[in-house]
Amino acid sequence: MLLEFKDIDTYYGDLHVLKKVNYAIEEGEIVSLLGGNACGKSTTMKTIMGVVRPVRGTVIFDGKPIEKLPTAERVKRGIAPVLEARRLFPRMTVFENLEMGAYLRARGPEFDEDLERVYSLFPRVKERRNQIAGTLSGGEQQMVAMGRALMARPRLLCMDEPSMGLSPIFVEQVFDIIQQINKQGTTIFMVEQNANMALQIAHRAYVLQTGQVVLSGNAADLRRDPMIREAYLGEMQVPVT
Amino acid sequence: MTFSSLLLQQTINGLSLGAMYALLALGFTLIYGILELINFAHFNVFMIGSFVALWVLQGFGLSGQAIVLTGLPLVGVLVAAFAVTMGGCGLLGVAIERVTLRPLRNVTGPAAMITTIGVSYILFNIVLLITSAQTMNFPNPLPPLQWNVGGAVVTLQELLIWGVAPILMLGLWAFVQKSRLGKAMRATAQDPEAARMMGVEVDKVVMTAFFLGSALAGAGGMIFGLYYNFTSFLIGFTAGLRAFTAAVLGGIGNVPGAMVGGILIGLIEAYSGQFIATEWADVIIFSILVLVLVFRPSGLFGRVAPTKS
Ligand SMILES: Nc1ncnc2c1ncn2[C@@H]1O[C@H](COP(=O)(O)OP(=O)(O)OP(=O)(O)O)[C@@H](O)[C@H]1O
Ligand SMILES: [Mg+2]
Repeated sequence: MLLEFKDIDTYYGDLHVLKKVNYAIEEGEIVSLLGGNACGKSTTMKTIMGVVRPVRGTVIFDGKPIEKLPTAERVKRGIAPVLEARRLFPRMTVFENLEMGAYLRARGPEFDEDLERVYSLFPRVKERRNQIAGTLSGGEQQMVAMGRALMARPRLLCMDEPSMGLSPIFVEQVFDIIQQINKQGTTIFMVEQNANMALQIAHRAYVLQTGQVVLSGNAADLRRDPMIREAYLGEMQVPVT
Repeated sequence: MTFSSLLLQQTINGLSLGAMYALLALGFTLIYGILELINFAHFNVFMIGSFVALWVLQGFGLSGQAIVLTGLPLVGVLVAAFAVTMGGCGLLGVAIERVTLRPLRNVTGPAAMITTIGVSYILFNIVLLITSAQTMNFPNPLPPLQWNVGGAVVTLQELLIWGVAPILMLGLWAFVQKSRLGKAMRATAQDPEAARMMGVEVDKVVMTAFFLGSALAGAGGMIFGLYYNFTSFLIGFTAGLRAFTAAVLGGIGNVPGAMVGGILIGLIEAYSGQFIATEWADVIIFSILVLVLVFRPSGLFGRVAPTKS
């Protein structure tokens, strides 16, 4: 297991958001986290990153508990976020945003290698490297956000709604690239509202409802699940095989 | 003197004052940009800077205007005095943050700001006690050189200020733009939570901001002493308020804005002192502040506050 949640309870003040949540993510997987608004998906990501601390339970990364570690230490160990709504540093250049992704790593051949990798995944990012990030289009910002996370050379990439606000063609590109990144060896834990697309590329998925995992399993099985089809796939046409 | 030479003279004076206010304003803006906190302790870090510089210069055996240095000894003494003053004030700023402000980091509301007012008074009173409320003659090792320019006079002090202040501001700019920690500062100012998730340690960034801001205030304090040839426990409030006005005028949180705001305040002070009356300088400065706040609440160049998440 690369990442595990064991009976995690997370609160904001009195608001009980994650309730005895368990996840288990194997190295090499793409795991999707589905769920309606305000059910605790972003809180899951923040709990992994250590921006929010669980009140009870254990988060295990690579065999060791990390729930008490500061965020920087988690980044050092190989967890990187693609944040909800991109959250680029708006008044820094694209290149500086990428540099911030590699904040804890030394400059040198590895940095250059990763930069080349990001530029080859996202040629557009290379073109725009000197542009102020806040002036990029939403789609371009998403590419930079993903590139920035890759600059940390993470073992686990935590993505919060990478398709949010993107046009359908662009969503497809983003999901293609997520698959590529995964094939190059990075484990991916991905929050998505676009359940249809997410279940097409994910190996497994969890469904969160008001802070509790109500369903989990193989993506293929979940796509056939009547509850999923009704609640998350809605009017989307999903071939039943 | 003709009007144009008066104008030139006051421009020269205003630029010197302005350089000092700009150095001070940068401290307000750096800390506001990261913590959204107005640090009133800054007033008296500046005041203490002038005393640290005074003690260092006295340590070199200088007193009053009696001893004049030239050449390498002069440069050496000035560099040493600036270095010790800035280092000392930087550490004082870090200590203030560590001891009095960090425990309040996650407390919302005005608690932290009120604390900085308290710290400011503590510093004020400590120096008041040490100096027995005396105004002190500030050692000036510079030769009394001056030049005539178009009917106005430029002194060596002023040339020194125009040399030192831009070097320090350029240094700060280069640090914030180019260094790893400087970039972390900017990232934290723009989105603290995202910066943290890149691995930035917020405590380190806050410490850096306090160190740099306070060091610049120290340099400002030494410049005050060299310019006016005196210092006193009282100097923090007037200069501090004017510099704070400069920061707000330029758009608080905005680094270039603080520099320009400082220069503007210096010029306004000099012109109104000459063409209206010295007593009116503050009335005019603060009236301009009020007007700016009414018509451009975010300052001339835009306020820059940390993005809320
Ligand atoms: N910092 C915070 N302080 C207080 N409450 C919060 C905070 N962040 C989130 N919440 C609350 O916690 C609940 C879960 O929020 P979360 O962001 O995890 O939802 P989500 O599943 O990501 O929703 P969405 O799909 O809308 O992004 C919400 O009710 C939200 O209002
Ligand atoms: Mg969310």
